[in-house]
Amino acid sequence: MLTAKDIYKGFDGLGVLDGISININKGEVVALIGPSGSGKSTLLRCISQLERVDSGTITLGGDVLCKTENGILKYSDEATQRKIMLRMGMVFQSYNLFPHMSVIQNLIDAPVRVKRESKKSATERALAILEKVGLSDKAAQYPYQLSGGQQQRVAIARALCMQPEILCFDEPTSALDPELTKEVLGVIRSLAKEHMTMLIVTHEMSFARNVADYIVFMEGGKIVEEGKPEQLFHSDNERTRRFIGES
Amino acid sequence: MTIKFFNDSERLGRLVSLMLSGAGVTLSIFFLTLLFAIPLGMLVAQGRMSKRLPVRAPVSFYIYIMRSTPLMLQLMFIYFLLPMILPFRIDRFVAVVFAFSINYAAYFAEIFRSGITSIPLGQYEAAKVLGYTKVQTFFRIILPQVIKRVLLPMANEVITLIKDTALASTVAVVELMTIAKKQVSSSSSIEPYFVAIIMYLILNGIAEQLCKFAEKKLNYYR
Repeated sequence: MLTAKDIYKGFDGLGVLDGISININKGEVVALIGPSGSGKSTLLRCISQLERVDSGTITLGGDVLCKTENGILKYSDEATQRKIMLRMGMVFQSYNLFPHMSVIQNLIDAPVRVKRESKKSATERALAILEKVGLSDKAAQYPYQLSGGQQQRVAIARALCMQPEILCFDEPTSALDPELTKEVLGVIRSLAKEHMTMLIVTHEMSFARNVADYIVFMEGGKIVEEGKPEQLFHSDNERTRRFIGES
Repeated sequence: MTIKFFNDSERLGRLVSLMLSGAGVTLSIFFLTLLFAIPLGMLVAQGRMSKRLPVRAPVSFYIYIMRSTPLMLQLMFIYFLLPMILPFRIDRFVAVVFAFSINYAAYFAEIFRSGITSIPLGQYEAAKVLGYTKVQTFFRIILPQVIKRVLLPMANEVITLIKDTALASTVAVVELMTIAKKQVSSSSSIEPYFVAIIMYLILNGIAEQLCKFAEKKLNYYR
């Protein structure tokens, strides 16, 4: 469903992504793992249009975000970019909830303002999603009144409320203590059970092993090894073994 | 000091009502300046933060001029010198409001800029991935948070502005300070100054309460 091919990306001449290709099928959970600075967040940010690639091809379903032919990179027009953006959801490490809006406003504002949905139907769906992430009683609260784990669950709910076809997570639990991490991972796990398509950058190895259908191990902007969890967790590759063993 | 008003209630009443009319003019200058300087300051802040040098450089220069020369001098320049270049005369009240607006817009712009740059990048990114347009992002997500952050420095400016309106007396706009000065010299008593002090205190007392109220109103989130 989502394909990124031969992605190159550098910042100020410093190469970060060095010819990466990944593919995510519908209903699949793909975990991106690797040491800090390996480029996994950058890859995710290129896919979710927060960064531009220097070269490569990205497609979602039938829509082309960008393609490179004969060494020339071409991004599609604004309308297509926006269409692709709306088909994807994103969850950040730092939640990035809107502090001046209550939980329910955080969830319905984009559906109402961006998708021109009626307030009533957006609210109905938002309440159902809040129930799913276990925060029905927090609808009227403001983000500062919530714990980090609750804020991150609201952020997931906010992304879900836009009904994306694929959900991207950029180290969703890296700012949380082990207990709060558990509650956020629980929500992601339940989404996986419903066959939500997800691309997750994570440092939680056991989570990746248990939840992901496919794991991509990156280092230095390149893929070191990729495959099913069992393959990576019993890898012959010495680098993979060392990284997984350490974490 | 000769007491000429405070022991003559009828005369004092006339003085107070005369000065109240001056306070009315003071308030008009004040409100009109805010009305023009706030949106102008917003535009100037955007220009100051522009990625394009041909926009940013002249805007920076404008801010430099406005903040680095005395407001009194700017006022005189606009009232006395501009008519020598322009083919028409400028009404003194209009000149005052114009001078105050462009001067305060420069200060407001820097306050807005500090407010806008203090909003975490993540807010823009979250808005972007949710599909908000740039305009929606600014008005729905960024501006409400900026307002809260600039409230305290803006309260400072508002209070300064009420006092700065007294500069309008340098081009003989009949506001509170002008009347006070005139009454002092015609009566050779300094009592009108006391009345002026009380009136400025009352005006700023109200302004301060309004700012406190706004602060409380915006306290529903952190």
